[in-house]
Amino acid sequence: MSNNHNQYTIALAGNPNTGKSTLFNLLTGLRQHTGNWTGKTVAHAEGFFDYKGQSYQITDLPGTYSLYSNSADEEVARDFIIFAKPDVTLVVLDATALERNLNLALQVLEMTSQVIVCVNLMDEAKKKGIQIDIHKLSQKLGVPVVPISARNEEGIDQLLDTIDQMVRGDIQTNPLQISYNRAIEEKIEKLVPFVKQVIGDHYPARWIALRLLDGDMSLLQSLQKEPRQFLKEVPHYACNCSTKSI
Amino acid sequence: MTQAKLERLSDAKPGERFRIIKIAIEGTMKRRLLDLGFVPGNEVLVLQKSPLGDPTAYRVSHTTIALRNEESSNIYGERMRNEQQS
Repeated sequence: MSNNHNQYTIALAGNPNTGKSTLFNLLTGLRQHTGNWTGKTVAHAEGFFDYKGQSYQITDLPGTYSLYSNSADEEVARDFIIFAKPDVTLVVLDATALERNLNLALQVLEMTSQVIVCVNLMDEAKKKGIQIDIHKLSQKLGVPVVPISARNEEGIDQLLDTIDQMVRGDIQTNPLQISYNRAIEEKIEKLVPFVKQVIGDHYPARWIALRLLDGDMSLLQSLQKEPRQFLKEVPHYACNCSTKSI
Repeated sequence: MTQAKLERLSDAKPGERFRIIKIAIEGTMKRRLLDLGFVPGNEVLVLQKSPLGDPTAYRVSHTTIALRNEESSNIYGERMRNEQQS
């Protein structure tokens, strides 16, 4: 539990009601409510756990369908993934509504390559007769996919092992990149060098170029605020994010 | 599927299926609708209208979402009348 330098950070992202908080409680052993008020986790929860001699700090991001609609909780989630740069972002999906959930997963894959996709509620899916080809999903997304049932504590060991391998650098991901139509791709190509010039290599340039093309003012505001704090320790980011959202 | 035949989602009756073709809304609200599953090509089931007729509940990608007339009247597509039911 000592706050040594080897503490890795994990972010938990996912749609509302996919069981992020159940997983969070399971990993950290913290006792909390897992009900659902609107915007419940906007002041996001943090916890700690140890696995195989490594200590981890895990942040439970607000449940969102997207990271682009500019509501307060979506901004919190987006800013955390972009600015706090967690060592691993766990995207929790609802196995019974993959189509809806993959929207967010694809958005996260555009932002960072350190992603593990966690298909939760596998027990529910089984009950409904839904079969999921985990291997194929993993191939298509280009990142590890782990089936779990947080409620029944199934698949957690495999998830922890995958996290362990990722922070050790034993997993090479190749996240699926959405290709847009030619007009957009050309503009991205033009913008990326400028983006890199202005903000360096700290942030995913392609993703930022896309946000600029989309006219995302809220990201610009966050970018203007953030650089001064950039060199500080990650825990400070967590604080900044939550105060900003209030 | 000619353009002239496009109908508004708000005109679809409860029990009907509706295939979205076009969303004539801009900005954040369009983004939000897309995120919620109102995507061109996607099929929506009209569940029920509220007592005063607005908003209306829709089933889209296995989830129930209610939209106001303000939004649903700007979502265009084709009504698929009772192909499965009767």
